[in-house]
Amino acid sequence: MSVPRFWRKQIARYNLVGTYCKTCEEYFYPPRNVCPSCRREGEIGEFKFNGNGELVTYTVIHAAAEGFEGQTPYVLGIVQLEEGPRLTSQIVGDPKEMHIGLKVRPVFRRLGQSGERGMIYYGTKYVPA
Amino acid sequence: MREVAIIGVKNTLFGEQWDRSFRDLVVEAGVGAVEDAGVAGEKIDSMFVGNMSGGQFVEQEHIGALIADYSGLAKNLHVPSTRVEAACASGGLALRQAICAVASGMDDIVIAAGVEKMTDVPASKASSALAAAADREWEGIMGATFPGLYAMIARLHMHRYGTTSEQLAEVAVKNHFNGQFNPIAQYRNTITVDAVLNSIMVADPLRIFDCSPITDGASAVILAPADIAHEYTDTPIYVKGTGQASDTIALHDRRDITTLEASVVAGRRAYEMAGLGPKDIDLVEVHDCFTIAEICAIEDLGFAKKGEGGKVTQQGETAIGARIPVNTSGGLKACGHPVGATGIKQAVEIVQQLRGEAGKRQVDGAEIGMTHNVGGSGATAVVHIFSRNR
Ligand SMILES: [Zn+2]
Repeated sequence: MSVPRFWRKQIARYNLVGTYCKTCEEYFYPPRNVCPSCRREGEIGEFKFNGNGELVTYTVIHAAAEGFEGQTPYVLGIVQLEEGPRLTSQIVGDPKEMHIGLKVRPVFRRLGQSGERGMIYYGTKYVPA
Repeated sequence: MREVAIIGVKNTLFGEQWDRSFRDLVVEAGVGAVEDAGVAGEKIDSMFVGNMSGGQFVEQEHIGALIADYSGLAKNLHVPSTRVEAACASGGLALRQAICAVASGMDDIVIAAGVEKMTDVPASKASSALAAAADREWEGIMGATFPGLYAMIARLHMHRYGTTSEQLAEVAVKNHFNGQFNPIAQYRNTITVDAVLNSIMVADPLRIFDCSPITDGASAVILAPADIAHEYTDTPIYVKGTGQASDTIALHDRRDITTLEASVVAGRRAYEMAGLGPKDIDLVEVHDCFTIAEICAIEDLGFAKKGEGGKVTQQGETAIGARIPVNTSGGLKACGHPVGATGIKQAVEIVQQLRGEAGKRQVDGAEIGMTHNVGGSGATAVVHIFSRNR
């Protein structure tokens, strides 16, 4: 991913900042500019999530995505935050200890690097709470 | 709105074709379909080409013009040609655009084609190109792969409904069984449940035999207004319904991760337009990019109750000759999955079945068939219903 493309959403990635719609009282992560539920009727503002959540589903990836070859097997999961929105994240921990419903909490981690000398991406991963 | 018929079809061989180029493939399919329809070039009003990632797989964009040129429709005839992209639903969507062009009265004879040349790049590059159909910034960056996303659907389906790995495997076994009778299929070997369960793990719980392969291939169909279809063929196949729907690009934003709502809604729109329901369908080609995808598809389209897709498959209800034959072509799993071509190939299969030309995989007395084509992990779905009778 290009540096500007990553940089633009850095605050959201580092701090789990999304949006809240006052009209329908829904929370969104990643942040939305238009409410997907009430569209232009929506009144959107920033919201910082505490990040705690639970594992909705997960997989253990053995055939890695490009750039993740050194990390297999790694756990990829969908986490539901306490306020409702869900996100996709790596779950750090023993694949055997993963289960649907597992309580998880966010940690700040290195996500990857673009090439050998490229930018290092940081962001949020999850660990069992 | 005018009624629309398919008057010509053609698939190339599907598989790894090192000796043939992107343009070779699509020209073979296009010319073959034109010959099948007995249409002269001067009669062709427009062309729609489904292609997902020419830019990444063969470093070629401007696909519409390229294909018009190499099929001899550009230089003197200047036939308008439009590329349509919706990830793995590109072909189905190109067909839908072609149907809309004829139905609207704007065009009479229209080509809908689909093509992908995926084996000119290493498998890792191909996987990366395919991952572009998911949300690159919020799924891809976390290390998500396509098998990984469908594996998360499978995990939750198993947890919630008791679907088993054996039931997933039965999808692959059936589709390979059907594929052995399809002369264009990439794989014409049968496999067993044990072979699937012992194949290497890709993204737990999905193994390599749960996944469709990387494939080169092209397909084309020729459309005409139903009123004049008999001027070209004795066996026109009529388009009775078409439906398309969108959903969130990221899997994590879906209301129910085990349901592809885009499939449900596209199916409902096609059923409503056709005035038909699941019980009227004699056979269906569904988007089985992974075994779990076929199980979700038959639930989402109304051929199995929610949660019972695995059970229904294991009981043999989706085999040729049973209640609702699914993927007589071998599906994406055995026939192969050249992403931009798949949606058109599904239509070719249904047309051949409804014409009674499907040989050893023929469904006896097939009159009404359906196709179901999905883009990404379910952000686009396109469903068509075809009939032998007007
Ligand atoms: Zn809202």
